[in-house]
Amino acid sequence: MKDFITLDYGDVAMAAALVLINAGLSIWLQLGLERRLLIAAVRMVVQLSLIGLVLQWLFALVSPLWTATAAVLMVLFAGREAMARQERRFSGWWGFGLGTTSMLMASFLVTIFALTGQVRPDPWYDPRYAIPLLGMILGNTMTGVALGLDSLTTGAWRERVTIDSRLALGHGRSEAMRSVTHGTMRTAMIPMVNSMSAAGIVSLPGMMTGQILAGVDPVDAVKYQLVISFLIAGGTACGVLAAVFGGAWRLTDARHRLRLDRLAPPRG
Amino acid sequence: METPLLTIRGLTRPGLEPVFLDLSDGEMITLSGPSGSGKTLFLRAIADLDPNNGDVQLDGLDRNAMPAPDWRRMVTYVPAEAGWWADRVDAHFTDWDIAAPLAMRLLLPAACGGWPVSRLSTGERQRLALARAFVQMPHVLLLDEPTSGLDPAATAAVEGVLREKVSDGIAVLLVTHDRAQARRLGGRHFRIEKGCVTEAAR
Repeated sequence: MKDFITLDYGDVAMAAALVLINAGLSIWLQLGLERRLLIAAVRMVVQLSLIGLVLQWLFALVSPLWTATAAVLMVLFAGREAMARQERRFSGWWGFGLGTTSMLMASFLVTIFALTGQVRPDPWYDPRYAIPLLGMILGNTMTGVALGLDSLTTGAWRERVTIDSRLALGHGRSEAMRSVTHGTMRTAMIPMVNSMSAAGIVSLPGMMTGQILAGVDPVDAVKYQLVISFLIAGGTACGVLAAVFGGAWRLTDARHRLRLDRLAPPRG
Repeated sequence: METPLLTIRGLTRPGLEPVFLDLSDGEMITLSGPSGSGKTLFLRAIADLDPNNGDVQLDGLDRNAMPAPDWRRMVTYVPAEAGWWADRVDAHFTDWDIAAPLAMRLLLPAACGGWPVSRLSTGERQRLALARAFVQMPHVLLLDEPTSGLDPAATAAVEGVLREKVSDGIAVLLVTHDRAQARRLGGRHFRIEKGCVTEAAR
């Protein structure tokens, strides 16, 4: 199946020249962007080159232990990223733990479902399939979880008087939080729904494009993309559900009180 | 000696010195004190809305023996500025048909049940929040400045309804800034200063 065009480093350098043109424009127009632009470009080159080597090594090993280690590391990085995107985060271990645990559960569950149900490589944990699948599912789940947690904590803060009034009237914690949790679920799911409805008309999904460039028949690439999109939808829903309900649980206590004191002060 | 309706034993939280207080059924207690003295903290602690320590019992039944929502339906705190979660006014009431006559006695139009909440003035909201709590028939009402935003006529209407509910057997603990109101309502009067609750002359 080696009918794709291999690029050499000369080709990469030629494309990189465009970034230099950008930097030149920035200097000419005094935008002050050139430094950040170049640093970002260099970072990308280093990160992707390293990942290329790591993946090459991982794919050659086909070891369940090392594949699992790489997968857990990916989730930990996603957890850090999701935490950084929140304005009001939970204080203490929960700030990192809630989003990370939700993503770990959702992305692992859905990836294993895909590996054993639809893609079925041999062995099922073959990193050549496991790692890219997890990466795509995790990336989208992270967007949903980060959005969901941010919207939950800021929503609970904004609506604290309303939530508190409901609690004072004897409503239970989940009933009192409902307006916030429902709005939050919608906010967190919408990017996933939008990307499904725009796929193929507004945007060509990256994975499908990649497969076509690699020489796969477009109809087969579409089937692959459909499976991936459904997996992403499932993973996002799962992760968002766990994060939002876990978060709503943490924002209230067993005596049905609103516990905004469990949030760290917002970053100024 | 009859057992009091509400017994508070050593109720404390940050900003509140331990409070010992009994409230009989049909009793009205007024509470006043400077801003930041802990009036709201005290009422919220009784309703168990914030973390706190101490024993609070209703009719000899400890609040920890029941789920907190059950406790708050019987011992209901009404904040000075309450929250509204639905668009229409009547969606906030367990039964608007029972609430409507009460709303009229509080000088609100009976039709206001169909209004959007955004149409209500501060004073209307305050009276409706009171009616919302009354409809659930609590045993004890913890009122945080229930007439702070009202004109004299509406204040008199609220006080009239309160007197009637008290004579029906509801116990009321009411925070007020207005000494004249404390005198009008009668009953025992307490002062709170720097989180310390003491009985005082009106």
